[in-house]
Amino acid sequence: MIPLEGQVRIPSGCAVSAMISRDGRRMNGEQIIQSMVPMHDRSNGLGGGFAAYGIYPEYKDFYALHIFFNDKSCQNECMTLLKEYFEIVQDEHIKVRKIPQITDEPIIRRVFVSPMQSVLRHLQIDEKELVVRTVNRINAQLDGSYVFSCGKNMGAFKAVGFPEDVGRYYRLEEYEAYCWTAHGRYPTNTPGWWGGAHPFCMLDYSIVHNGEISSYDANRRFIEMYGYKCTLQTDTEVITYIADYLLRRQGLTLEETAAVIAAPFWSTIDAKPEAEKQMYTYLRNVFPSLLVTGPFSIILGFEGGLMALNDRLKLRSMVIGEQDDMVYIASEEAAIRVMAPDIRNIWSPAGGEPVIVRVKEGAF
Amino acid sequence: MNFYPEFEVVRNDSRCIRCRVCERQCANEVHWYDADGKVMLSDESKCVNCQRCVTLCPTRALKIVKSDCRLRENANYSDQTIKEIYRQAETGGVLLSSMGNPNPLPVYWDKILINASQVTNPPIDPLREPMETRVFLGKKPEHITRNADGTLNTQLAPQLTLSMPVMFSAMSYGSISYNAHASLARAASALGICYNTGEGGLHEDFYKYGKNTIVQVASGRFGVHKDYLEAGAAIEIKMGQGAKPGIGGHLPGTKAVGDVAKTRMIPEGSDAISPAPHHDIYSIEDLRQLVYSLKEATEYRLPVIVKVAAVHNIAAIASGIARSGADIIAIDGFRGGTGAAPTRIRDNDGIPIEPALAAVDKRLRDEGIRNNVSIVCGGSVRSASDVVKAIALGADACYIATAACLAMGCHLCRSCHTGKCNWGIATQRPDLVKRLNPDIGSQRLINLMDAWRHEIKELMGGMGINSIEALRGNRLMLRGVGLTEKELEILGIAHAGE
Ligand code: SF4
Ligand code: SF4
Repeated sequence: MIPLEGQVRIPSGCAVSAMISRDGRRMNGEQIIQSMVPMHDRSNGLGGGFAAYGIYPEYKDFYALHIFFNDKSCQNECMTLLKEYFEIVQDEHIKVRKIPQITDEPIIRRVFVSPMQSVLRHLQIDEKELVVRTVNRINAQLDGSYVFSCGKNMGAFKAVGFPEDVGRYYRLEEYEAYCWTAHGRYPTNTPGWWGGAHPFCMLDYSIVHNGEISSYDANRRFIEMYGYKCTLQTDTEVITYIADYLLRRQGLTLEETAAVIAAPFWSTIDAKPEAEKQMYTYLRNVFPSLLVTGPFSIILGFEGGLMALNDRLKLRSMVIGEQDDMVYIASEEAAIRVMAPDIRNIWSPAGGEPVIVRVKEGAF
Repeated sequence: MNFYPEFEVVRNDSRCIRCRVCERQCANEVHWYDADGKVMLSDESKCVNCQRCVTLCPTRALKIVKSDCRLRENANYSDQTIKEIYRQAETGGVLLSSMGNPNPLPVYWDKILINASQVTNPPIDPLREPMETRVFLGKKPEHITRNADGTLNTQLAPQLTLSMPVMFSAMSYGSISYNAHASLARAASALGICYNTGEGGLHEDFYKYGKNTIVQVASGRFGVHKDYLEAGAAIEIKMGQGAKPGIGGHLPGTKAVGDVAKTRMIPEGSDAISPAPHHDIYSIEDLRQLVYSLKEATEYRLPVIVKVAAVHNIAAIASGIARSGADIIAIDGFRGGTGAAPTRIRDNDGIPIEPALAAVDKRLRDEGIRNNVSIVCGGSVRSASDVVKAIALGADACYIATAACLAMGCHLCRSCHTGKCNWGIATQRPDLVKRLNPDIGSQRLINLMDAWRHEIKELMGGMGINSIEALRGNRLMLRGVGLTEKELEILGIAHAGE
């Protein structure tokens, strides 16, 4: 039997793409789907997915859980657990379009939830922590249930298939987001499992990633000390947890987080002015196990913005395009040209140089 | 009881030019010149096979071979076992040995293989790309804090900064010579790493290498005073040593001469016997008190290392140490060397470093306190690949001592306890000490570490890793060969082919 995702570590190559409006204009999913078409050969049909920000304005105060269930009994078991900790505000099917390219679908639900105050008081944790713990518990312990998105006013959509087919399957042209990210996967050996597709999400953080990191086990063994459980054994999963740990739990800024994950080389740090040198040295000293090595280009989506980051040696391609209020990011320039045919301003960030894009305050 | 000697001196008389170098060089007085017969003779019963004469004979007239005259073969009662019984029956004494356990017990390093990148991610070429080996040892904070202006508060508990994850392990001035200490101190300082004073205090000439010195506090407290504590970059409390867990040290009075006695602050010629336990530490809370006394004494400027031998419940012991306020734990495996130890203890006590290290790293992570302490492992780290394997199992850095001695000229004859080291290392006889030139000794240590650093970088580059911190605890980079399920489970690695 071929082992499932999570039972074995599976390397994969990939394509990524993203678009964001700095003015917070909401755009449907058509363009981002199209952007994946020219990069078709970077995926192999074993996983594609999207993350969209700003899509549930009418439910923006609730956590939107997107969940795969193998069958009805898994769904019942999971909902029973959820009801112990959360009020269920809405529980619905995620609408899909049946197409021949996408098969073997699980039950796909969207559940808007609100944490019960009594539970938070009892456990003495904040609501984000409750969401994280519950999602980790469902994913690690409930066989046949898998929460693949759990942020507010955002959501991930993913499946086994080529990304452009996955986009059409989920009818993404019907959603409006100020920020879209997309991913096409080229795993080297995996039986199709929907949960294994990307993006990988935790709260409002979503990660799409292209690469195979060599620091994986060092990162995993560190982050698992802090209650995370790397059940999928994928790079994307561990990078998402690292982002959550550094940004939410440690309170680092995005720039500081980038300086941990893709730390500048000592030769660069040692040549910096004293204050900066101290800061970078401190971060490398305190979080050595969260340095990520090996090739990667990642796009980290979050509420109100995104950050693109390459590994320190820039072993994976990634280009940025800017036009008016729009910023585009992709593995290949061709993808950007699909989204913005007349674009002039296209450039490649250096290895380890974070590109941070924020939507205007109040516009999301 | 007399036996045929263990070694034979084979001299090719047609090559021998009667220069008498071998005679002058042998502190064991094996060779002499017979003026009547105009011939070199030897008493092989005194030979320890240190290879000094072989190396210096100008005409390659000499070789030392293992004698084939043995007692009748017996797989249970080996030649050595029988002779040890004879010796004890004769003397009633405890057998003494030196250097590490030579018996054919498993060397796990040799059953662990390292990964390399192919196709799905690229190897990195250390000649063309930066490849980083700098490490910091010490406690990391649970949470970052910020200054009033929002910038990061970069104050940290004291850290030890090393240019590469290798340090010279404790060898006391007394057990080894002034020139050996000078070589280690100079090399450590040129390399940006640390050497360790061991329990014999710090000679006043070497205070200037303080930034690269770890000063040790052992159960005998020899040579410990305020200036000594403040002189180093870190303080190490020696609770145990891999070669002789559960017992203290013993420097024979013959070695406690001149500056050695002065540095240890003991009368000249007296045996320096450090007790088995620290008599102020009978439990973990006592250790905490000593850790904090030393921190108080040095105004919390220096990290404190607690060194323990790898023994059966090492994981629980390390967990206790990690909560004792110590900044660094040094674990010493049972193959570690010694200047002198009872043979039975050296050869039978303790456990190998590899499973000990793996168990400690795992336990500290399971308890969520791995960040409280750094882990240094020693007890037979022989090469750059052993270092890489140790780091991937979870160590922050390695301690080496035998390999460092070899670099200085040691030929592993295992006779350090006799005080007659022909290579000028484990001796205090001035005529022998001067054979080790600190200029050459330090340069050879620097060369060895440079070579290892290059090899570590190449191994890392092969794995697609360009900084040592991404290797630490990265057990996915290791595979076992010929190990049982249980051994793999303890080492936390998969078998080759998995
Ligand atoms: S050192 Fe060599 S050549 Fe000189 S006396 Fe000894 S055996 Fe003969
Ligand atoms: S240090 Fe000297 S006495 Fe000890 S093993 Fe090495 S060569 Fe022999």
